[in-house]
Amino acid sequence: MRAMSVSAQAQPLSPGLRATLLRRLRRLLPADAVLAREEELRPYECDALSAYRRLPGVVVLPRDADEVRAVLRLCRELQVPVVARGAGTGLAGGALPRPDGVLLSLARLDRILRLDPDNRIAVVQPGVRNLAVSEAAAAHGLFYAPDPSSQVACTIGGNVAENAGGVHCLKYGLTVHNVLGLKMITMDGELLELGGVHGAPDGPGLDLAALAVGSEGMLGVVVEATLRLLPVPPATRVALAAFDDIATAGKAVGRIIGAGIVPAGLEMMDNAALRAAEDFVHAGYPRDAAAILLCEVDGEAAEADAQMARVCALLREAGATEVRVARDEAERERFWKGRKAAFPAVGRISPDYYCMDGTIPRHRLPRVLEGIARLAREHGLPVANVFHAGDGNLHPLILYDAARPGELERTEELGAKILELCVAAGGTITGEHGVGMEKIDQMCVQFGTAELQRFHDVKAAFDPAGLLNPGKAVPTLHRCAELGAMHVHGGRLPFPELERF
Amino acid sequence: MGGTDLTDSLRETVRAAGRRGTPLCLRGGGTRTFYGRAPAGDVLDLSGHRGIVRYQPTELVITARAGTPLAEVTAALAEHGQMLGFEPPAFGEDATLGGAIACGLGGPRRPFAGAARDAVLGLRCLDGTGEVLRFGGEVMKNVAGYDVPRLMTGALGTLGILLEISLKVLPRPGTELTLILEEPDPQRALERMAGWQRQPLPLSGLAWSSGRLWLRLEGTAEGVAAARARLGGEEPADGPAFWRGLRDHRLAFFSDERPLWRLAVPPAAPFIRLPETRPGDWLLDWGGAQRWLRSTLPPETVRAAATAAGGHATLFRGGDRGGEVFHPPSPAVLALHRRLKAVFDPGGIFNPGRLYPGV
Repeated sequence: MRAMSVSAQAQPLSPGLRATLLRRLRRLLPADAVLAREEELRPYECDALSAYRRLPGVVVLPRDADEVRAVLRLCRELQVPVVARGAGTGLAGGALPRPDGVLLSLARLDRILRLDPDNRIAVVQPGVRNLAVSEAAAAHGLFYAPDPSSQVACTIGGNVAENAGGVHCLKYGLTVHNVLGLKMITMDGELLELGGVHGAPDGPGLDLAALAVGSEGMLGVVVEATLRLLPVPPATRVALAAFDDIATAGKAVGRIIGAGIVPAGLEMMDNAALRAAEDFVHAGYPRDAAAILLCEVDGEAAEADAQMARVCALLREAGATEVRVARDEAERERFWKGRKAAFPAVGRISPDYYCMDGTIPRHRLPRVLEGIARLAREHGLPVANVFHAGDGNLHPLILYDAARPGELERTEELGAKILELCVAAGGTITGEHGVGMEKIDQMCVQFGTAELQRFHDVKAAFDPAGLLNPGKAVPTLHRCAELGAMHVHGGRLPFPELERF
Repeated sequence: MGGTDLTDSLRETVRAAGRRGTPLCLRGGGTRTFYGRAPAGDVLDLSGHRGIVRYQPTELVITARAGTPLAEVTAALAEHGQMLGFEPPAFGEDATLGGAIACGLGGPRRPFAGAARDAVLGLRCLDGTGEVLRFGGEVMKNVAGYDVPRLMTGALGTLGILLEISLKVLPRPGTELTLILEEPDPQRALERMAGWQRQPLPLSGLAWSSGRLWLRLEGTAEGVAAARARLGGEEPADGPAFWRGLRDHRLAFFSDERPLWRLAVPPAAPFIRLPETRPGDWLLDWGGAQRWLRSTLPPETVRAAATAAGGHATLFRGGDRGGEVFHPPSPAVLALHRRLKAVFDPGGIFNPGRLYPGV
């Protein structure tokens, strides 16, 4: 079992070291900011990848950057590993704690420090919730674009760590495109200002802010982020199109993009996913369609209407059996409700589900979906597919029952094969969820030894002692060698004509 | 897709240079040699390593060898109604894609459509040991591994030789329209630009030069017409020529003997008042976020003003190329630059000192 093997990787803190650590932490932080009893530690044993659990050695809840720095310096001195955590909504186990380490929760750094409508920036602490930024900016007619599905709960610090996306990435970009600057503290306790922390479009020298985004808490702890805000588009239009064949739906996506339209959102659901969603929230989806597409355009009213008229024509030309434009805001919200509820909807029809996050070049979609269906049959597990079709980010949901012996293992094996299929199709093992603990073995498939070694070297440039979130995101070369994953490159995967990225 | 792949010979050259400890001055089309600190080392011409490797318009991705002329890339994209969103400047006909990415500069569209680093999806490069490395990919979303492609964008070739670059491209909007409005006061110009940028207008260019505000609108015919009706102003005879001239520094403002400074500041930062400086010595681009200055003032004066405004200053062209050209980072950040340099170029042979001393 994977859940057991992760526990076996690290021994708990020795009683002597733990006592020293607690005594010194309590000197740095208020009494309620250091948690050590098992019932206090239990809520931190996992993030949203709950199959992987282990208790942290200690949990700390600093209130400001100075306290974060003090904790990091102490842990550096005592050589104790540190795992940073936001809201714990990550899907890849990036915030999985260590029994021999400190779990550093940024939840109390939850203030929006500055909203500057003229420069269109928000300066926020890492524990601020994603949605809270747009809510605060709304008074100025502005919003923060990245909108991961967990945006009600997930925090900006976690979004930065994982380079979170959402349903509007094709037009508005990922977190990396919407962060102007970062203040980050290294394991040595150095406060770094990276990029345009005051709202300038860039910073001098190497783009270390871009490097820090998506670094999964391995390079430093973000204590402040300067976010780019955008004017709220006054008009939004959404169309729902039904298809009797999933490949036809995939081609329709290519038609829209080939016609020069960049939709604000372009989502696909297969029959299994759309049925589950329809039964759950009654979004008005055609239950017998093989696939549906949701296509949203936005802008000024004249712009949005003109684009929507073209989108509808293109969808019909591409073979949609039905095209419906939401007549009002209520219907638009209903269309989206089904998509946004897809994961919990699948959760209703299966005791457990496992969400994958591969990205592929869009034109490979039909072959990759065929491949997923074949693998699903071979493993005897159903799969529902939800797809950010505009940017090629695929979320296959494997339905399983953890109570049945062996089913979790079979699910993980199927998940790994699906990711390998994405890599072979010229894609990647993770589009927006991160590698964390979950996909560490698939990194051996995605990258060669030389690249993995450079990743370790980059980490060492920031964290020479290897104390920040150790063991995540980048596998050791030894681990890859043991898996024999490099052998898989020998041409046994499909699409051998493609270069591996 | 044609072109020439010189990876093998470049690898041998790098290995030989590494053995001898000979620094290499990386050069594409040689159109940006004025940029950065003074080049050092034996010139390594990369312009022969060229050609578009893959381009599927419906994927919105192009992959090309770094020595491919920028003009070839933009022409291939234009054939399918697409473009590079960051509108890279070309300071000469021979400008290459690799040079554009190594310098990381963006044209007038950059604040509205993203920077060079925002468009970079993946790359192949040669590191200082002559090893071919591949980071990122050809898909829009990819969070596997550290974002080395974006780290290398704008690194001025100090971390590796770019071999192949994959970029996100954008459809060219159907309608483009330029407007000019008279505005003699630069502070008032900044305020008006800030006001427009707070609104959902289809802007793709916003600049102030010689007492005039320039606006570029792009989108559907309907969207552009609606915005035009709200904004007023005049349509100049040749709007596109202005934006090309601004992008490639061919406007009259740029033909001046004095050193050229680039200040990157928060867009709404107040107009910067400097001694011995007239409003005509400034050109404000990127809606106020990128400000060009022609000045013989001491570098410390310009840098202090940029810092006070919340940004940084680059001695873009002219002046003392042996001194600090880019804003000096804090000691901790400079130390990180040197450690990252050592990761990718342990022998320090690629463009040594071009960015900072020891980098």
